[in-house]
Amino acid sequence: MAHTTVDKGEIMDQVKQQIAVANAQELLTQMTTKCFKKCVNKPGTSLDASEQKCVSLCMDRFMDSWNLISRTYGQRLQREQSNM
Amino acid sequence: MSDFENLTGNDKELQEFLMIEKQKAQVNAQIHEFNEICWEKCIGKPSTKLDHATETCLSNCVDRFIDTSLLITQRFAQMLQKQSSGGM
Repeated sequence: MAHTTVDKGEIMDQVKQQIAVANAQELLTQMTTKCFKKCVNKPGTSLDASEQKCVSLCMDRFMDSWNLISRTYGQRLQREQSNM
Repeated sequence: MSDFENLTGNDKELQEFLMIEKQKAQVNAQIHEFNEICWEKCIGKPSTKLDHATETCLSNCVDRFIDTSLLITQRFAQMLQKQSSGGM
């Protein structure tokens, strides 16, 4: 089965998109677990205002943490590579 | 490269593309893992920003985890060597 140029571009775009979606899903799954643990200590009949506020802060801090770790890891990889 | 030969036939460009995307995905997976571990070690109660101590903790956590992994790899290789030369 021969690929036309258009088909190949589409395949590449789809692969990139699916990887991005999988990445976002992983992020959300972890964020939900971590922030539930931090913020909802005694589950009641609904999320009260302080719990909601905590979740909101937690989400932002989770992203800050992810970005910092991403930078640190990238820098470490570069250091290891330049040492080789 | 041979991972993808069945999917891509002889298409070099596609093989290279998939290899690069695979590497990028592996890096991302590693970041998720670090974030999961280091969050537990470094984050207390979520506030309006990450303070300096927390940022240092997260950054150190990544480097020390990698150091630990390298140390274990080295030492494990030594253990295997000792077994094969001394024991049997």
